[in-house]
Amino acid sequence: MLPRIERRRELDHRMFYLSPVLAVALTIVTGFLLFLAMGYDPLQGVFHFFVSPLLSGYGLAELGLKAGPLILIGVGLALGFRANVWNIGAEGQLTMGAVAGGGIALALWGVDGFWVLPLMCLAGILGGMAYAAIPAFLKARFDVNEILTSLMLTYVATLFLSMLVYGPWRDPMGFNFPQSRMFTESAILPVVLAGTRLHLGVIVALLVAVTGWVLMTRTIIGFQIRVVGQAPAAAAFAGFSRTRMIWLTLMTSGGLAGLAGLFEVAGPIGQLIPVITPGYGFTAIIVAFLGRLNPLGIIPAGLIMALSYIGGENAQVEVGTPQAMTGVFQGMLLFFLLASDFLVRYRIRLQAPGTPAAARAEAPAE
Amino acid sequence: MSSEFAFVLTLVTVISAATPLLLAALGELVTERSGVLNLGVEGMMLAGAVSGFAVTVSTGSVALGVLAAALAGMLMAFVFGVLTLSLMANQVATGLALTIFGIGLSSLIGAGFVGIPVTPLPKLHIPVISSLPVVGPLLFSHDALIYLSIALTVGVAWFLKRTRWGMVLRAVGESDESAHSIGYNVIAVRYLAVVFGGFASGLAGAFLSLSYTPMWIEHMTAGRGWIALALVVFSSWRPLRLLFGAYLFGGVTILQLYAQGAGIGVPAQIMSMLPYVATIIVLTVIAAGPWRARLDAPACLGKPFRPAT
Amino acid sequence: MATAMNGGDGAVATPRLELRGISKKFPGVLANDRVSLSVAPGEIHALLGENGAGKSTLVKMIYGVLHPDAGEMFWHGEPVTVPDPHTARKLGIGLIFQHFSLFEAMTVLENIALGVDDATDMKSLAQRVRDVSRAYGLPLDPHREVHTLSVGERQRIEIVRCLLQSPQLLIMDEPTSVLTPQEVERLFETLRQLSKEGVSILYISHKLEEIKALCDRATILRGGRVVAECDPEKETAKSMAQMMIGAELRTLSRRAPRGESREARLKVKGLNLEADHAFGVSLKDIGFAVAPGEIFGIAGVAGNGQTELFEALTGERIAAMPHDVTIDGKPAGRLGAAARRRLGMCSVPEERNGHAAVPEMTLVENFVLSGYRRMKLLRRGFLRADAAAELAGRVVEKFNVKTPGTGASAGSLSGGNLQKYIVGREIVQEPGVLVVSQPTWGVDAGAATAIHQALFTLAEKGTAVVVISQDLDELLTLSDRLAVINLGTLSRSMVTAEASIDEIGLLMGGLHGMTEHQPAHGRKGGAHVA
Repeated sequence: MLPRIERRRELDHRMFYLSPVLAVALTIVTGFLLFLAMGYDPLQGVFHFFVSPLLSGYGLAELGLKAGPLILIGVGLALGFRANVWNIGAEGQLTMGAVAGGGIALALWGVDGFWVLPLMCLAGILGGMAYAAIPAFLKARFDVNEILTSLMLTYVATLFLSMLVYGPWRDPMGFNFPQSRMFTESAILPVVLAGTRLHLGVIVALLVAVTGWVLMTRTIIGFQIRVVGQAPAAAAFAGFSRTRMIWLTLMTSGGLAGLAGLFEVAGPIGQLIPVITPGYGFTAIIVAFLGRLNPLGIIPAGLIMALSYIGGENAQVEVGTPQAMTGVFQGMLLFFLLASDFLVRYRIRLQAPGTPAAARAEAPAE
Repeated sequence: MSSEFAFVLTLVTVISAATPLLLAALGELVTERSGVLNLGVEGMMLAGAVSGFAVTVSTGSVALGVLAAALAGMLMAFVFGVLTLSLMANQVATGLALTIFGIGLSSLIGAGFVGIPVTPLPKLHIPVISSLPVVGPLLFSHDALIYLSIALTVGVAWFLKRTRWGMVLRAVGESDESAHSIGYNVIAVRYLAVVFGGFASGLAGAFLSLSYTPMWIEHMTAGRGWIALALVVFSSWRPLRLLFGAYLFGGVTILQLYAQGAGIGVPAQIMSMLPYVATIIVLTVIAAGPWRARLDAPACLGKPFRPAT
Repeated sequence: MATAMNGGDGAVATPRLELRGISKKFPGVLANDRVSLSVAPGEIHALLGENGAGKSTLVKMIYGVLHPDAGEMFWHGEPVTVPDPHTARKLGIGLIFQHFSLFEAMTVLENIALGVDDATDMKSLAQRVRDVSRAYGLPLDPHREVHTLSVGERQRIEIVRCLLQSPQLLIMDEPTSVLTPQEVERLFETLRQLSKEGVSILYISHKLEEIKALCDRATILRGGRVVAECDPEKETAKSMAQMMIGAELRTLSRRAPRGESREARLKVKGLNLEADHAFGVSLKDIGFAVAPGEIFGIAGVAGNGQTELFEALTGERIAAMPHDVTIDGKPAGRLGAAARRRLGMCSVPEERNGHAAVPEMTLVENFVLSGYRRMKLLRRGFLRADAAAELAGRVVEKFNVKTPGTGASAGSLSGGNLQKYIVGREIVQEPGVLVVSQPTWGVDAGAATAIHQALFTLAEKGTAVVVISQDLDELLTLSDRLAVINLGTLSRSMVTAEASIDEIGLLMGGLHGMTEHQPAHGRKGGAHVA
């Protein structure tokens, strides 16, 4: 009997949440095979990639440190994706947030004051927002595809940061290295767990996720975002403005990405350098999908993707696997997730189609 | 005479800079004409670039390298096809996944090939003709992929406009429901179009790593896959207009390099921004302009389709 | 040349097409249950049944678009399987779809070539198209793009596409639902001519008068099963309706027509609106007024500006001047959809899934969609989930919506039930003005009657109701006054009881592109069962 694929009348809600778990499991299995094929001890490889970072306090703190920005950005992106606004230039907005906030830190270099850090955060948010305003304006006003514009702007932002740290913002005492001066004390985020690098940013990220969840599920704004994304014509019928949602979601995701960028330079890095993230802006896209575009789901998703960074470094040190494994795992994970989602909408039946008489009972009475 | 020579040389480099854009965009144009939006061009190009380079270095045969690049692009595209056409995954998300995966995979494969030299694609020299002044270097001294890119453009234009299968491809992109109900296999047509897109992107990657640069550098496409996507919009899904657009962008790239070389007192980074900024400007002009090119977009672009049986 | 079949006489040697025990199941629905029927050469055979009876599914299986789960098909007495439409066409079967299978941005010729398997040379194909269209009086310009054509002209493309392959069986799925009365008459002439030439026709419809006028024999489907076979000439429309529905139809309790003395609740004056996309229609100087308690009908063939008019009335598109649209005396022309709702205007768009409702959302969420302002479902920006659930439950109960619960997604409901829910959702908001587009499109007779009754009841309470519909029978049933929209212009309004079908037909555009033809006779009376 050939398997029959049938569309479900209702989405399978259990499968909706199981699908990311399935995707992670499939990624681990494939990782095992990949290590084997590349001539590494697969058990060691999988252990050092996925398990051993979780076994030390320091590892866990690092996990939180990397999950923080991923969650911040992921929540913002998820709002946009829900509204069918595809901001994939978070990396650029992150960079501009870091530039704006870092610029404040450099301008107030040596100035002592509790207000320095909040001012930097504000600048970081505004920097990201201003940068996201470009694709927002072009989409809202001329209907220019935001995927392409936001991505192109990422390349521009990276070049802009590079121009600054190679040029006017270069540390005069820095032996000509392309980097700014180290920020002074009042411009550095406080550490929340002594002896680690885990800073205030992770708490902000958690608060943002919870706020995002309330916004999406309890308020009319979240409702409007969902309607605009799922059925634009229905949104017009209800009188919801698509333009407003484009601005709202791009400003939110841009602002959060900018804040994440500021947290990186005011946290673990402590200065401006040409490359400030290992691609958090892009990885956060995976985080958003893995978290089911649900701000609460994005918390575990952010932790898992953070693990892929730490695990990659860990396996590199312990087993000697190439650093690029992280990217491969991230890509694979998203593939598996998208494939597993088929089961949310469709069911696969192995038995023969029901006999007409039996099926009759199932048919809804009109 | 020497200024004329420099001018010809510039045009030759423009052609060279335009070719990867042209190839990748041409593949995407065919894919989009069938109603599928594949945002993974960048990933497929990288897969092509690294495979082409690795095979050429390992076997010493640049022809095998180009073949490997095409196959790698097709394989990536096929994965995209399975996810979006058979498993009904969101095309935007899957395209992004393809790019992320392509970046990761290419740097994994390419890790051992960084800094290794390679014999580039040979220029085809035709006796006498190639040595003609101006015309010789301009038209008759390129490598095979450049000629192929132009032949492929003309071929695709002819295919879409003049052949029955081209008509079927357009029909599938215009209305999948209608095409299905009069008996065309929408999914099969789209698979073929998607895989052709991978083929062309793979070649585009091979051109980068085996002719344009020629060496392997991590993420060496540097956004060209995305610029190619923008070019498809610019061309309003017409191959000959695409040819024009790709050469225009090739020109912008070269202009930027020359300006940097001439040291015109602007930071190098500002000049490097030029192609990206130009892309945004072009997209805006097209969207806001009186031509309203987007009206020519295939009606089913990006929409999933699953026939009842 | 075969002689035409005489109605009712089934004793012919070999039927051209015979189906035995065809069954087809979709998830949750048995669309066809052991269906058998036969069609003789030259016979015009009606396949009759209400929406959702399984007619379209059956013909799609004959044509190879769908495949039966069980049963056999015979062609000239030989068992055949039809894996795809190419095979069907090779056998000599042609199908004209209810929803045309055309490609808007392509030319007439390309559209025809795509459906003709032996078309290789476009030049000779163009000549064949001209020949066939002349022979059957179906004028077509092969080089026009489809999106520039009227609905009647589009149907002609489909018919010519079929005729080019000299079919022996022509299947027509609800061909008249989008035509003017004159176009219907012209189509029937073509079909009779084909029948005389020996072509069998399987004619699918739920319009009983048409079937009586055209068909030799009728097979009646209900709930996926064959429930009767009859000679339409010997039956009355009423008796066939009973076989089709399986029960006596509830008759509508009509109310007395309202006077127009009172101040109009909805006034439209000098409304102009540019088309917002290449395939759209611009509205020109639209004007009408609807009094409290009045139902005002807007007739017309699809694509003549109905969509634009609906959007302009409801505020999905904003008019040029405040006084273009007035709701209860307040200028609303410059207001958006949400603001007009606050003034008391509710609406039901034509498309249920994706416009009137979000298919993936629950019924409760879909109540919030249009009702959150009027029903005060917000407290400082937060949604009052309990209140919304209670209201959704009230709609389900009051309008007899069959659903597992208000937590079910809108997309999981059948067309008729979702339509009842959507209409009910607007009615419980007690609108001052209700604008409804195609209220019973694709809905079964039971739900249609319920919806019509609900609109009557609402009007009785003093609401001004506007009904935009392509179904002339529906408007003749519902409206007190009506007007016709054609090419973005609205005709003068007429009192329904005094209107002539011929005149309405001519206002609807008569015979599109048929200028060399004399206008045919209109059909006799408003034929409808409800």
